[in-house]
Amino acid sequence: MMTNPVGRITQGQFSFLPELTDAEIALQIDYGLKRGYAWSIEYTDDPHPRNTYWEMFGMPMFDLQDAAGVLLELQSCRKTFPQHYIRLVAFDATRGVESIVMCFIVNRPSSEPGFGLIRQEMQGRNIRYTLHSYVTDRPEGERGE
Amino acid sequence: MTIAPEAGTDGAQARSDGPTAITDTKRRYRAGVMKYRQMGYWDPDYVPKPTDTICLFRITPQEGVDPIEAAAAVAGESSTATWTVVWTDRLTACDSYRAKAFKVEAVPNNPGQVFAWIAYDIILFEAGSIANMTASLIGNVFGFKPLKALRLEDIRIPAAYIKTFDGPSTGLIVERERLDKFGRPLLGATTKPKLGLSGRNYGRVIYEGLKGGLDFMKDDENINSQPFMHWRDRFLYVMDAVNKASAATGEVKGSYLNVTAGTMEDMYERAEFARELGSVVVMIDLVVGWTAIQSMSRWARRNDMILHMHRAGHGTYTRQKSHGISFRVIAKWLRLAGVDHLHAGTAVGKLEGDPLTVQGYYNVCRDSFTHQDLPRGIFFDQDWCDIRKVMPVASGGIHAGQMHQLLDLFGDDVVLQFGGGTIGHPAGIQAGAVANRVALEAMVKARNEGRDIRAEGEEILRQAARFCRPLQQALDTWGDVTFNYAPTDTSDFTPTAAVAH
Repeated sequence: MMTNPVGRITQGQFSFLPELTDAEIALQIDYGLKRGYAWSIEYTDDPHPRNTYWEMFGMPMFDLQDAAGVLLELQSCRKTFPQHYIRLVAFDATRGVESIVMCFIVNRPSSEPGFGLIRQEMQGRNIRYTLHSYVTDRPEGERGE
Repeated sequence: MTIAPEAGTDGAQARSDGPTAITDTKRRYRAGVMKYRQMGYWDPDYVPKPTDTICLFRITPQEGVDPIEAAAAVAGESSTATWTVVWTDRLTACDSYRAKAFKVEAVPNNPGQVFAWIAYDIILFEAGSIANMTASLIGNVFGFKPLKALRLEDIRIPAAYIKTFDGPSTGLIVERERLDKFGRPLLGATTKPKLGLSGRNYGRVIYEGLKGGLDFMKDDENINSQPFMHWRDRFLYVMDAVNKASAATGEVKGSYLNVTAGTMEDMYERAEFARELGSVVVMIDLVVGWTAIQSMSRWARRNDMILHMHRAGHGTYTRQKSHGISFRVIAKWLRLAGVDHLHAGTAVGKLEGDPLTVQGYYNVCRDSFTHQDLPRGIFFDQDWCDIRKVMPVASGGIHAGQMHQLLDLFGDDVVLQFGGGTIGHPAGIQAGAVANRVALEAMVKARNEGRDIRAEGEEILRQAARFCRPLQQALDTWGDVTFNYAPTDTSDFTPTAAVAH
């Protein structure tokens, strides 16, 4: 259990709010689709803040115009990886943006162990900091069980 | 003086029937003085080239001074002219070096003031140097006696000159990718009190704010290295707080370490130390000057650092409508000079700012192409030529109860900084941060769901406060705090002109 005010990892757009229902998630997907964004689904067992490349659950859904379709994919991802972090990511290919423009977590493991802070004492008062994901103490194939 | 009063000129109506440029070179270069418009600084038929810089000045001529002669004088004094004819002009292609006033119009609803459009050839400005451009455009001319007052309202910078600048080292798109934060404004707070905290106490505020849910904390503009807290001490404690908060939340966190100092050598030393400690961001104050800003931008580019700009001092020359420089011009120059964050006003907070005018500053920071927009004070189309976008910062007297207004005014790409609105929370700094983060996320969610946040904003906040006691406390404490004073800097335009453009 993490000790921050919401007791969990606070990445993404809506981590401080009560868990979004599927109906609420569909509204967010619609908002992105109306703006021409492409949705994709990513999952990981290591949500280290510098772990940029979560696994892709299939390709970005460039041609999908329907929130129900994205939700279906999400449900399939949840079924396959119930104990992983899953995030919905919207991409905007407009020139000058060409980046992610929405991102929020839609599935979490039942327990979120969080991170340890390792302080390596250097010369003088300098300290070198390392954030350590507790979950990575176990081999990749044995996490989230 | 050549620019002597002329009878019958009221200053409100521009006249173009006076003397024009003298083309006979023998007469033109006879020793002595002559009117600026006769020297070639007024050319109503001039068609600006795509490579010209165009400035729009607001001129208040002294009593009886003809507006066109005043405009020609501004063109002259901001380019090649001196007060008398010099024969050495004839050793140069002097006509191309002369800035040319080509249009003068009365300022709507401001008798005695005129807008003057002046074009400058691209040869006049050194590539990649805001210092050089400003030395001309806002140099001697601002002290010119025949003018009561002078203001640089807007500037069109040609693509050819834009491309000589590197621009923001990071820019708001890459900043978001580095921070892994998308689809909502970023949240920050300035550490308070500004002065007097020891390094250890200071770091406490940083830790509480970041762990509570803010993305950034910030040094204030006048926190450098004073007796109560030397800079190294501050950096060491702050970075411990940043890393501890990052571990507690799983988010990338930052704190703008102010590296402003008395010399460039000191600034570099401080910036290097910030980098060594793993900070993602450093900050400088506008008062360090253009050359120092460009140097720090280059340093930031080489060191993967976000460069935060606090616009300390700008109010001395941007606020009064009759004299100085509009902040939209400063924002354009700063985008070229290469800052990643720029304080651009709040409209609803404690500091000066008409909402539309402030939105104009934001657009200048964030647009790929800025279109003429007279209600927002934007007189020119401006192609930014893919130069990176600056993240605007709203800071100064804002609180969670204004979240709907802030999101509605500024959209997602902004850092909202609640200093007092976080640290002054009755239940503590973490609670203050939670209140702001919950208010923000609830408002973004509601907007995306299609709700009209301008109309329903207060209700959305009340609903969110039902599951978040810190937000309820924030609304109880500050809910009805507003700063409703008439702005001093608003745009002057004729509404029909806006439609016609």
